Amino acid sequence: MNPSIINLAYLLASVLFVLCFIQLSHPRTAERGNLTGALAMLLAIVVTLFDRGILGAGRQAFLMIFAGMLVGGAIGAVLALKVKMTAMPQMVALLNGFGGGASVLVAGAALHDAVDPSMPVPSLQLTVATVASGLIGGVTFWGSLVAFDKLQELLLPGKPILFRGQQPLNILLALAVVALGVMIVLEPSNLWAYWTLVAIASVLGLLLTIPIGGADMPVAIALLNSYSGLAGAATGFVLNNNVLIIAGSLVGASGIILTQIMCKAMNRSLANVLLGRIEQAAAGAASADDVYAGKVKSASADEIAMLLDNASRVVIVPGYGMAVSQAQHAVRDLMNLLESKGIDVEFAIHPVAGRMPGHMNVLLAEADIPYDKLKGMDEINPSFEQTDVAIVIGANDVVNPLARTDPNSPIAGMPILDVDKARTVVIIKRSLSPGFAGIPNPLFAKDNALMFFSDGKKAITALITAVKEAA
Amino acid sequence: MQAFVGVLTVFVLAMFVGWMVITKVPALLHTPLMSGSNAVSGITIIGAMLSIATPSRFSTALGFVAIVFATINVVGGFMVTNRMLHMFKKKKKD
Repeated sequence: MNPSIINLAYLLASVLFVLCFIQLSHPRTAERGNLTGALAMLLAIVVTLFDRGILGAGRQAFLMIFAGMLVGGAIGAVLALKVKMTAMPQMVALLNGFGGGASVLVAGAALHDAVDPSMPVPSLQLTVATVASGLIGGVTFWGSLVAFDKLQELLLPGKPILFRGQQPLNILLALAVVALGVMIVLEPSNLWAYWTLVAIASVLGLLLTIPIGGADMPVAIALLNSYSGLAGAATGFVLNNNVLIIAGSLVGASGIILTQIMCKAMNRSLANVLLGRIEQAAAGAASADDVYAGKVKSASADEIAMLLDNASRVVIVPGYGMAVSQAQHAVRDLMNLLESKGIDVEFAIHPVAGRMPGHMNVLLAEADIPYDKLKGMDEINPSFEQTDVAIVIGANDVVNPLARTDPNSPIAGMPILDVDKARTVVIIKRSLSPGFAGIPNPLFAKDNALMFFSDGKKAITALITAVKEAA
Repeated sequence: MQAFVGVLTVFVLAMFVGWMVITKVPALLHTPLMSGSNAVSGITIIGAMLSIATPSRFSTALGFVAIVFATINVVGGFMVTNRMLHMFKKKKKD
């Protein structure tokens, strides 16, 4: 097919990709947006089959392309259909990794072909972009696998892994990458240099991700998402292909924006998150004993049921703990029960609740909770003063008032959900153990706070029974 | 050099468009946006297809693995996003 026709089709696909992102950013059109994206991808793939190179390569090339798509498509479909909504962060991490991996391989193959003696000398653009693809792709692939591993809790602990000399080692590796990159640009036929660069980028990906703690994963995943797009765009420069560049940079931009939103929601700089530096509470800060001694009140399901029975507005604040105890369906039942009594129920969702951006929304939507009940932080905060009961389930640092009051605390300045302004706050939690930030939470000792020590799902189930009996 | 400036222009403008479009996305849609954009980053599949169609066996092999990776990304990403967004939509009718 005439290359101009193919490029026009790529242009159409690029427009559709932009449209896909526009539609994906509104709840009403999001589903259509996803289909638009899939259509754009299909169009790009189909016209590529008519590329002169592919047509000229004959039947064997077609067979290999279809075989690869069949294998990848089957794996992708099974993953997509089987994955639990609680495991969504792992799934996205894994997909990011595959995107990065594909870019490394494509750029490697392009370099290999370009240095063939029968070809003209490779352009500067090709070699520089190949170096970028190898670096970003390698970091993305291994970084994503580490993120996957941490989220799935397979080999590595969720907490940051820090060791002496970590930063100097990273800098050393980065310098090695630069040196190899220069070598490839000066003498592209050094193919070994490319694969060495990929190997070092892989180690770098591992080292950059292991210091990121579990609660910082939303940032890590958003950043890796951005990298996977940028790796694709870099590959677009290698192949001089606009649709790769456009689609890749859209993804790159979206990932960067999400990364920023996540960092802002924790009031931490990106560097601070990436280096795994959640500061230890300053010396002289109140210890758990000082904060809690004699002031923490715990309540039974029956006592809380009485409170709920007299409430007219209840706000539920879910955190990662809700996902861990799989309590979202029980929470939905509680919501339905309360609503049947004429009580107004809403959900308050902190931007970094869960292990990836928007994680809680997806879990609650899966449990059939209408999305107009899921309120963001800025929207719901002013309404806590008119709230009779706030129920915090499996969240801790995002409701810690120290963020507002103690400028020395590791979470100082982090925007929080103002649950302490509700008439009563019920905190469902297994113990008084600290959250990710490792600091005590004075909320638990407030006059209007009641602790309900239990596993999240059991607690909600007990509440449901108690509310039914109270009626 | 001129060709490079051309693709660079495309890159910079596309980043800019992406930035403008996505800045206002509500928190509700953060997860589907990530998985959906993830599928879009599987566009590398185009590159993978082109590397299969070269005479070198080595490149063909790399291209094959890249196609498998990219298709997992594309199919897995779009399907799981559809599944999620469907859950959001279902509730709207109530």
